[in-house]
Amino acid sequence: MDDRVISVKDLCKDFGTFRAVDRITFDVHRGEIFGFLGANGAGKTTAMRMLCGLSYPTAGSGTVAGFDVMTQGEAIKRHIGYMSQRFSLYEDLTVWENIRLYAGIYGMTRRQILRRTAELLDRLHFRDEIHTRVGRLPLGWKQKLAFSVATIHCPEVVFLDEPTGGVDPVTRRQIWELIYEAAAGGTTIFVTTHYMDEAEYCSRVSIMVDGQIRALGSPGELKTKFAVQTMDEVFRMLAREAKRGE
Amino acid sequence: MGGFMSFVRKEALHIVRDRRTMLIVLLMPVVQMLLFGFAISTEVNNIDFAVVAPKHSEAIRQQVERLSVNDYFTFKGYISPQATDELLRQGEVDAVVVFAEDYDRRVNAIADGYPTGPAIQLVFDASNPNVAASGAGYLQNALQVGGTQHLPIETHTMYNPQMKSAYNFAPGIMGLIFLLICAMMTSISIVREKETGTMEVLLVSPVRPLRIIVAKMVPYFLLSCINLITIMSLARFALEVPMTGSMVGLIGISLLYILLALALGLFISTVANTQVVAMLISGMVLLMPVIMLSGMVFPVENMPNILQAISYIIPARWYIEAMRKLMIEGLGFGAVWKEFVILIAMTVVLVTIALKKFNDKLE
Repeated sequence: MDDRVISVKDLCKDFGTFRAVDRITFDVHRGEIFGFLGANGAGKTTAMRMLCGLSYPTAGSGTVAGFDVMTQGEAIKRHIGYMSQRFSLYEDLTVWENIRLYAGIYGMTRRQILRRTAELLDRLHFRDEIHTRVGRLPLGWKQKLAFSVATIHCPEVVFLDEPTGGVDPVTRRQIWELIYEAAAGGTTIFVTTHYMDEAEYCSRVSIMVDGQIRALGSPGELKTKFAVQTMDEVFRMLAREAKRGE
Repeated sequence: MGGFMSFVRKEALHIVRDRRTMLIVLLMPVVQMLLFGFAISTEVNNIDFAVVAPKHSEAIRQQVERLSVNDYFTFKGYISPQATDELLRQGEVDAVVVFAEDYDRRVNAIADGYPTGPAIQLVFDASNPNVAASGAGYLQNALQVGGTQHLPIETHTMYNPQMKSAYNFAPGIMGLIFLLICAMMTSISIVREKETGTMEVLLVSPVRPLRIIVAKMVPYFLLSCINLITIMSLARFALEVPMTGSMVGLIGISLLYILLALALGLFISTVANTQVVAMLISGMVLLMPVIMLSGMVFPVENMPNILQAISYIIPARWYIEAMRKLMIEGLGFGAVWKEFVILIAMTVVLVTIALKKFNDKLE
């Protein structure tokens, strides 16, 4: 059985004459934590938008959760989860209201919502805060909640766009624990980050430079290949070749 | 459909939770109506006048008596001709009524049809032209009724016989408030989601973008309907605007105008990326022309041609014009069909452009 959740081949995206994403090819397998690295302007966001069904590729082919990225953007949206680097829950709504809204968007029934909410709040030890407005929670809690809400509908794959940007080290650790837990449960994780120590936690990483994927493999493989000690060094060696500016 | 209602509920919660804004939105129409209706009025009350009468006579005494009992005038006493300028300058009086030395003879001459010089001179402080113009008109009328029965011109103001300015302001305020609530509030609420990043998450979700937008408009539409009721009740019962025109037309055209304002809000949200910009665009680009060019304050007929031409593309101008006909002149629906058609056309165009821009932005 094919366990590829994301599979793309020669995916391109042009903006006028500018080729933002240049023939990227990779597979992501079920339950994997796939780190999608690259400096700002390398084309990460554009690539991710195509995978999330937000924009259609100029050329190439691929599937996400079994749906064609060229034609089935709307179907893809129903089967993925997404969490952005910016905190993305409504601060003036309560924890429960946020959960209900997002779960409702994904067409969950009331019973499903109640069950998943109980599960999720127990795991986060949030039970007492269910009627607290999200704006009153500490940032770390919010971020954990945002991650949980992004996975409330048990998507096949979750896209995390710099999920740990601007949170303290303790919370960062907790978020990664949640990520591991979700991956162990069979959810595929597609994560972008600027923290190279986080890249070490990934099953496999790809590094984009100037719209192309220049390196792809497990952190161990890459370190061996480039004969360095840390992912940070791998990243620096590749990023140095970049011709595009910020 | 369940998804849609949960969005409407979410938007309603946003509004209700933001108590201060909601209070402003609901109270603003009331305050503005009362302010424009009572405080800022261009009608003239309380004209203080003094009288210069070189020779007292029974006829003059009667004239002064007549003016004194009039609610609009307050008699400040007899003065010498030399004091006229001084008192006007100091603002002690607004007007001075100067009777001719041979007042009685002249009045009789006029009555007999002989040509003669003026019997009365009115000296007015015109530093405030509005007060001067309408005050002079009043005073003249009052004097003529008493003195000579042979009035060469009889002015008769219709529809708003007391020239109450509140009448005029009611439609203008409606034109302003709906624009403010619908256009400004919706654009800000859409842009706020862009700013906080929630819009991004919504776009990645399976909700259709149009649905998000329409769900945003529903609560503001309802809020505007509440305001419509508030304003109309205030106009009818507090300001005593007659409102004898077609009720269906009045409500119909108001709902149409609210829709148009919502479309404008959506349009602004596609142009602006931050709440501040959205607010500035709504404030400067929308409100100023409405106040200045829609005929709310200054009559369109008196504007230079260029400004009149610009006023044609301002929706509020047509709305206010139609509302004047319906609320004040008491005309039927048939009288405003032109405004109706123009507003429908404007709404269609705006919605089309706004949706096109909105969809382009997504790509």
